[in-house]
Amino acid sequence: MSILINENTKVMVQGITGNQGSFHTNLMQQYGTNVISGVVPGKGGESVFGVPVFDTVIQAVEFDRPDCAVVFVPAAVAADAILEEVACGIPLIICITEGIPVLDVTRVMQAVNASGVRLIGPNCPGLISPGRSKVGIMPSHIHMPGPVGVVSRSGTLTYEVVQALTDAGIGQTTCVGIGGDPIIGTSFVEAVKMFQEDDETRGIVVIGEIGGEGEEQCAEYIGKYVDKPVVGFISGRSAPAEKRMGHAGAIVSGSTGSADAKISAFEEVGVSVARIPTDIAALISDLL
Amino acid sequence: MKLHEHQARKLLSEFSIPVPRGIVASSVDEAISAFHELGGPVVVKAQVLSGGRGKAGGVVLANNEAAVESAAKNILRLEIGGYSVKRLLITDACEISKEIYLSALIDRNAGAIAVMASSKGGMDIEEVALQSPELIMRRHVDYATGLPQFMARELGFELGLDWDQVKEFQSIASNLVELLKQVDASLVEINPLIVDGEGHCRAIDAKIDLDDNAMGRHPELENLRNPEEYTREEIEARNAGISYIKLDGNIGCMVNGAGLAMALLDVIKGEGGEPANFLDVGGGADSVQVRTAMNIILSDPTVRVILINIFGGITRCDEVANGVIEALGSISKDVDLVVRLVGTNEDEGLSLLKTAGISAHSSMVEAVKQAVELAS
Repeated sequence: MSILINENTKVMVQGITGNQGSFHTNLMQQYGTNVISGVVPGKGGESVFGVPVFDTVIQAVEFDRPDCAVVFVPAAVAADAILEEVACGIPLIICITEGIPVLDVTRVMQAVNASGVRLIGPNCPGLISPGRSKVGIMPSHIHMPGPVGVVSRSGTLTYEVVQALTDAGIGQTTCVGIGGDPIIGTSFVEAVKMFQEDDETRGIVVIGEIGGEGEEQCAEYIGKYVDKPVVGFISGRSAPAEKRMGHAGAIVSGSTGSADAKISAFEEVGVSVARIPTDIAALISDLL
Repeated sequence: MKLHEHQARKLLSEFSIPVPRGIVASSVDEAISAFHELGGPVVVKAQVLSGGRGKAGGVVLANNEAAVESAAKNILRLEIGGYSVKRLLITDACEISKEIYLSALIDRNAGAIAVMASSKGGMDIEEVALQSPELIMRRHVDYATGLPQFMARELGFELGLDWDQVKEFQSIASNLVELLKQVDASLVEINPLIVDGEGHCRAIDAKIDLDDNAMGRHPELENLRNPEEYTREEIEARNAGISYIKLDGNIGCMVNGAGLAMALLDVIKGEGGEPANFLDVGGGADSVQVRTAMNIILSDPTVRVILINIFGGITRCDEVANGVIEALGSISKDVDLVVRLVGTNEDEGLSLLKTAGISAHSSMVEAVKQAVELAS
């Protein structure tokens, strides 16, 4: 099995009439994703690529209950969109939107934690279970089905790694972009736990970057609970301290968040860490 | 977005957190007249967007006019953390009977607001966290409720304050959380919060970082923006939706995506080269954005090679190629161009480049190797 999404997943798109929302709805449909509804206040009754649009999430749920919602709405209103989905009990929410104020995300996380739904992102490329379903913005053609689970904080860096895996004939069960913001709904630990429990996944690739302690916590978890081979990569070894490197979460602050700390945390628990992203393919191939 | 101490303490005052009187001065003469206006011993403090001011000699106690004059002269000549000192804050000197660390911040790991307090005030809190983490107390705060009074009391008594001081501390700590929420700060820090000679709590230093993502809803804070926080190029880039950070090398980089952009810097260094900048052109960049990015890179006179590394997803290779071609005219003869272009609309992009006489790599590492060779 893949994790989180598969060919049966019913998807609702919040912000389906916008540029990004409609463009990626179409690409997801072309990949075979079952997009059942969209939501945009004031646009109820319209349709986008044959997908019915509703004014509110509750109306979309009454029409047909989605398993998963994907959020493309602008940053200023994205937190509210997620709260609406949480209130409607949508079990999996994927937020692509970048630039949400971090205090808004703390409010969202309170609601998410209290309700038990899963949030992925914000500021992420989404996820794809190759050959089954894609809920996100990644280029489809670089992926292929296979035994490796990929989890990453970044978008294009993940494409780079996935391309190298596919070129080497190593397919993927699911690729999860957990997002580049300081506060995110799903951590490396949670994603790795899902891959460890997934029968089909035989190896795991973890792509981290500077900032925060998510990679260190993940390393600790791997040391205790993961018996599948894991290969890591950490981006930002040469980044200057106290500078925000594009991602709001990618900042080395004082003694926390440095690439060296993350690399040694991984190496201490036996995770091979690639020096350049494309080396990941050879490293995981040796371990499978 | 970082604030100066004098800006931060003004916000503290607005939230009823007591601070000593203070006057901003940008010359020695202004510092002297501030001293006379305050009429007693003062502290002369460098105003820079950097920590480590004390260690750098940027904070000096002065009891008379001559001392103020020499302190101001010296401090205005300093460079601290890469910033030259342009402004001073002259404040009342306070008698200090106790120093406390107090902050409200966004705790990434917990995904919530946290209040941190320590009896080791006045020191670098990172140091305290390393040496004696048990001396740092941390409480998580519900967004809607704010900091409950009881929690502030617990902290106050744990810090060794007496009941009268705890009452003051209670209001300071709750107001600090309110301030964080109201201005969308990621950090509001008082280090130290002191108990003065009369037994009252006062904030004698202040640091505030505001969340850049939230500035859209705070037009009232826009005038607090300090031009020295970013270079002219960094500001121009941000206005165009581009993330740009100047570095020290001679290989100018353009990448789509922050993670890949950081990885490119690492690979360049690994191959023995030195990047001139970090640049994430943003997701879905069009040819105009690419051209702007090229111009920003080229405005750095140390750049010998421009290295473009694009993995098109939401970004289309043909848009990138068009932007690069449009910017070609601004590239001088002694700057080389190395391009790696793959992903969405790759074939269209490559044929556009080919027509313009530019060849492209398909591998990032190969592109980096060539760029490093050309730059050395």
